[in-house]
This record gives sequence, C-alpha cells and structure tokens, in this order.
Amino acid sequence: MQGLTTNLVLGASGFAVGDMIAQLAFFIILLVLLKKFAWGPLMGMMKDREDYIANEIETAEKSREEAAIQQREAAEELKKTRQDAQSIMEEARKTAAQQERDIVESAKKEAERIKVSARQEIEQERDKAVQVLKDQVASMSVMIASKVIEKELSEKDQQALINQYINEAGEER
Amino acid sequence: MNHEAPMWEDAFGIPWLDFNLSNLLMMFVASLIVFILGVAATRNMQRNPKGFQNFMEWLIDFIKGIIGSNMDWRTGRLFLPLGLTLFGYIFVSNMLGVVTNGVVGHDLWWKSPTADPGITMTLAVMVIVLTHYYGIKLRGGKEYRKTFVQPLPFLLPFKIIEEFSNTLTLGLRLYGNIYAGEILLSLLVGLATTSILGTLGAAIPMVAWMGFSTFIGFIQAFIFVMLTMVYMSHKVSEDH
Repeated sequence: MQGLTTNLVLGASGFAVGDMIAQLAFFIILLVLLKKFAWGPLMGMMKDREDYIANEIETAEKSREEAAIQQREAAEELKKTRQDAQSIMEEARKTAAQQERDIVESAKKEAERIKVSARQEIEQERDKAVQVLKDQVASMSVMIASKVIEKELSEKDQQALINQYINEAGEER
Repeated sequence: MNHEAPMWEDAFGIPWLDFNLSNLLMMFVASLIVFILGVAATRNMQRNPKGFQNFMEWLIDFIKGIIGSNMDWRTGRLFLPLGLTLFGYIFVSNMLGVVTNGVVGHDLWWKSPTADPGITMTLAVMVIVLTHYYGIKLRGGKEYRKTFVQPLPFLLPFKIIEEFSNTLTLGLRLYGNIYAGEILLSLLVGLATTSILGTLGAAIPMVAWMGFSTFIGFIQAFIFVMLTMVYMSHKVSEDH
C-alpha cells in the first residue's frame, strides 16, 4: 500500500533529466521526419486537389458559357436559314408565276401568229382559186362563145366582155 | 502492483543524468508508430483520396479546425505540422498504456510515455518556449514585450506567473489524466488476478474503464493541441 501511495504522489519514477532530453530529441526528430515524409506531401496533395477543383470549376464555368454562346449562335443560324428558305421559296413562287404568265403569253402569241398565217394562206389559196377559175371561165366562155356565136365577135371583144361580167360579179360578191 | 521503473542512474558517469529506460522504449515505440502511420497514409497518394489517406486528411482538417478557431489561418498554417505531430504522438502514447501495461520482473516496461510527469512537462515547456519564440519572431521584440503589460501595466506579475502556471497545468493535466487511467487499470488487473470472483468482478469495469481511457486519451491529446494553439495565438495574434 505504501508503494501505491508513493506511486500516486510522485509518479512512476519522478523526474529523470535524461528522459526529458530524450523526449525533446525524440519529438523534434519525429516532427522533422513527419514533416518531410508525411505532412508535407499530404498537404501538398491537398493543395494540389484544391487547385485542381478550383480549376475544374473554372473550366466548367467557361465551357458552360461557351455552350450558351454556341447555342445562341446555332439558334440564330437556324433562324437565318429558315428565313433564307422562306425567301427562296418566295422567289421560286414568283419565278414560277412569271414563267406561267410568259408561257401563256407566248402561247397566245403563237396561236395568234398561227391564226394570222392561216388566214393569209386561206386568202392566198382563195385568190389563187379565183384566178384559176377566172382563167378557166374565160377560156370556157371563149370556147362556148365561139361555138355559140361563131365569129361575130372577135376574141378580143369577147375577152373584154367577159372581164366586165366577172368584175361585176366580183363587185357584187 | 508495486512496480519499479527500470532506471539507468548516472548515465555515462554524469551524476545528474538519469534515464528511465521504459520511458525511452515507449517514446521510441510511440514515435515509430506515429511515423509509420504517417508514412503509410501518404504512400500512393492520389488526388482522389482512398481509405487511409482519407483518414489522414480528416486528421489534418481536424487540426486545421483547432488552429483556425484560435488564430488567423495565414499565421496558423505555420503550426499545422506541430499540431499534427503533437496530436498524433500524444494520442498514440496515451493509447499505448490503455492497450496494455507490460511488466518484466519487477520493472514496468510497457506503459504510456505520457504517464510520466517528466515527459509531459518536457512537451509543455517545449510548447511554451515555442510560443515565446514565435511571438518574438512573428511580431518583433517590442510587440512581444508589450503583451506582458496589456491591457494594464499592473498585470505584469500576473502575466509572468501565468506563463509558468500555463506550463505547469499543460503538462500536469495530461500526465494526471493518463497516469490516473493507468493506475486504475493496474488496480483492476490486480483485482482480476486475486481470484475467480475477482476476475468476474473486474471484467466489466475493466472494459468500461478501457473504453473511458480511450476517450480520455483522445480528449487529452485534443486539449493539449487546443491549449498549445490558444497559448500560441496569445503570443502571435495581433488582437490579443
């Protein structure tokens, strides 16, 4: 019991100067070694990670902004393209209408032209026919006259007479 | 019960130089464990921390929190390695005595090194000396001297006494807690070895006390580091 009391009061051994020196030395050596081999690298790594995360956040922010800009650009592009398409379609419609009108116009002209030329042809044919008829009638009437009236009338007088008749007939027509 | 310390008196023929060999052994063991833990945690360090590295980073954040609650982090970062090493060393030392006490013959070989007043006082004196050193280094001699007469000049004697009482309480608080824990544990072991009934009776208190000692060991390491930083901030901070 006395030993226990001694222990309680004085501690296990009291103060030993050697222990104190040794403790100091041990602690300083431990501090230096740990600082060099453990805390230093670990703190460096934590700092590194901090920087990395900050960097990542910055990059993410930047790329987000970039994406927003690109999106806006794309939207603009799309809008422009749509407008372009609209205008192209408008143009095409206009052109088509023009062409339609042109075609109709030219067709009309063509038809007109054909009509005119046909009329001219008809007229020519008729004139030709009239001429032929005239000639034939003349010669036939000469023949008939010469047969019927014999030589009372000269061929020349006869011709004049026939021409007069034909002219009268033509005028009447 | 009545264990002696393995003393090596008058080492190298120097009359005042005494060594407690068990303290030497345990200091070495504690330092070795802390060093191995520290190095093991920081091998294969990765940016994505895993397992043990996570734990060590938590410890760093924990000590950072202690320092940050006392002073500006810009000056406080200087003391992070000191705080970490103090915490690690004291905690491991405290735990060594909780896990087991080893007796060879009549000598107590395996115990907490912090259950010795000489060792805890050494740590305390070292801390206080460091506070004065950094107080002068970071703020200059004039500012350092001023801290003794602020806020009022007549406080000078109290301030001086405070330095010594701080040292004494810092060291003896740790020693007292750990030593008391070991004493009670050894008493319980003594009870357990008397008889079967004693063993049964001692088993539950033993477990409870070991749990409590673990808690105390952690708390005391925390308090030691906390007070270190408090005293440090008194010396190095502008607003104290």
